[in-house]
Amino acid sequence: MLYVAVATRTFRRYSTYVGATVAGIFTNSVFGVIYSFAYLALWDQRPDAGGYDGSDAVTYVWIGQALLMTVAVWGGGTTDDLAERIRTGDVAIDLYRPVGMMGWYLAGDLGRAAYHLLTRGIGPTVLAWLLFDQFDFPGSVQAALGFVLSLVLAVVTSFAIRWLVACSAFWLLDQSGLRMMAGALALFFSGMALPLVIFPEPWRTIALALPWASYLQTPADIWLGKREGLDLLAALAQQGVWIAVLLGLGQLVLRSATRKVVVQGG
Amino acid sequence: MALIDATDLSRTFVVRRKDAGRRSLRRRREEVHAVHGVTFSVEPGEMVGYIGPNGAGKSTTIKMLTGILVPTGGRLTVAGVEPSRHRTELARRIGVVFGQRTTLWWDLPLRDSFELLQKIYAIEPARYRENLDAFVTLLELGDLLDTPVRQLSLGQRMRGDITAALLHDPEVLYLDEPTIGLDVVSKGRLREFLRTLNAERGTTLLLTTHDLQDIEALCDRVIVIDHGTLAYDGTLAGLHGRGGSMRTLVVDLVDEAPAISVPGASVRRVEGPRQWLSFPADASAAPVVAAVAASYAVADLSIQEPDIEDVIRELYSRS
Repeated sequence: MLYVAVATRTFRRYSTYVGATVAGIFTNSVFGVIYSFAYLALWDQRPDAGGYDGSDAVTYVWIGQALLMTVAVWGGGTTDDLAERIRTGDVAIDLYRPVGMMGWYLAGDLGRAAYHLLTRGIGPTVLAWLLFDQFDFPGSVQAALGFVLSLVLAVVTSFAIRWLVACSAFWLLDQSGLRMMAGALALFFSGMALPLVIFPEPWRTIALALPWASYLQTPADIWLGKREGLDLLAALAQQGVWIAVLLGLGQLVLRSATRKVVVQGG
Repeated sequence: MALIDATDLSRTFVVRRKDAGRRSLRRRREEVHAVHGVTFSVEPGEMVGYIGPNGAGKSTTIKMLTGILVPTGGRLTVAGVEPSRHRTELARRIGVVFGQRTTLWWDLPLRDSFELLQKIYAIEPARYRENLDAFVTLLELGDLLDTPVRQLSLGQRMRGDITAALLHDPEVLYLDEPTIGLDVVSKGRLREFLRTLNAERGTTLLLTTHDLQDIEALCDRVIVIDHGTLAYDGTLAGLHGRGGSMRTLVVDLVDEAPAISVPGASVRRVEGPRQWLSFPADASAAPVVAAVAASYAVADLSIQEPDIEDVIRELYSRS
């Protein structure tokens, strides 16, 4: 099938840069260690902050390091290719192919995410398991399966937002300003900087309702067993609703771009 | 029925420019007519050269023909459908090669790009194998299939791109500057291939180029566009005749001599034993050469073809 072929090709494309991967795993691990000690100090002062205990906090840190690249919190992934192709005009080639562009790029991004999960995700996780007694794996099959599902939804959500940012290049010619802003928002509202659950109200409620919560907070809470049964389904449903809204918006933006905007260059 | 049918085709771009002279941030809206009232049609199996100077509107036309740019005026049908409304459907029936862009995947071996295209265009596996084998042989790509595209030379990449555009048996192939940057040998091989393609598969070719030899080798018909409007549509010989362009016969005499006088040609320049004679491009060189050889002791002869840019410039200075 086409989309599987696209995903495996993108996976292979990323896997050609081994040096970058090794350096990345090292960086994730260093930050993981630093954050773990910082969080442990924090939870030592307030042992039940956000409903987490010290062990939850350390586990949360390492889930965050594993998902940083997988979910492409900062930006990156195939949407960066898109923005670059809009800038150079190569997007013209994507446009005359008889396949939907969004599905094409999404499939590629899932391939990329799979690669980053297997390397930049699993690498630091193994280290965490070796170094920290506090690090825990999911406590039930339900939590493990829920986490995997939630993670896929997280990647798609992040893709949908990055897609919108990249498409801005159709009008602005360059996505980099917006990409930086979007990256900063994502870093903050995904829970990568601090778990959303320890935000003071009303910020906590607001942040948990936003699409960025999908990136890390939701999958992490499922891993930690904080959301089970119906609540787990509600968490997944919320991710799904945001995906429907954002991908729909992305499709609309693409359509108006292809009809109205001049394809650059050539 | 015509494969391509353009009637009064136009595309206008709106550009905002800073007001000259005035020190304000206000921008003036300005309309640029990239293509303006162009009418032509192409029958199946034709090989058409679509030529014109830089910025004449060639690429804009190609983009409208593929459906990635919406015309602002006129009517356009390709293979019976309106390109911009049926872009995806049409994409299965056309092939496009951009000399300055690639449809191949940069980091992947050539083979992977072809396999992806098989899936994109849903090419039947048997047909795919057959086409791939044929093009790989014709374009001598056999040794390159496992090389990542980024490591290919320009000529190799171009052959890869042409294969990529043809795997799904398109009815029409658009080539936008296919020989740009290629060396003489590669250009020759490419032209040979395109001729074979047209003869054996009946693929309609529409190519834009700056290289007159591309046109001479391939196209029975040329369409000249300049400043967005159609300047000429007909045979290449007719274009030369209409533009009044001249070929040049360079004669090296055995000894220095006064200006040669033969019917049908006039001397433009004399430099020692070498003389330059002009004669109309649509006339045969044979009588001129015969007349010169009959009356003078000739050491060597060569003929220079007019440059396409010159022909078009001539065409314009006359109209």
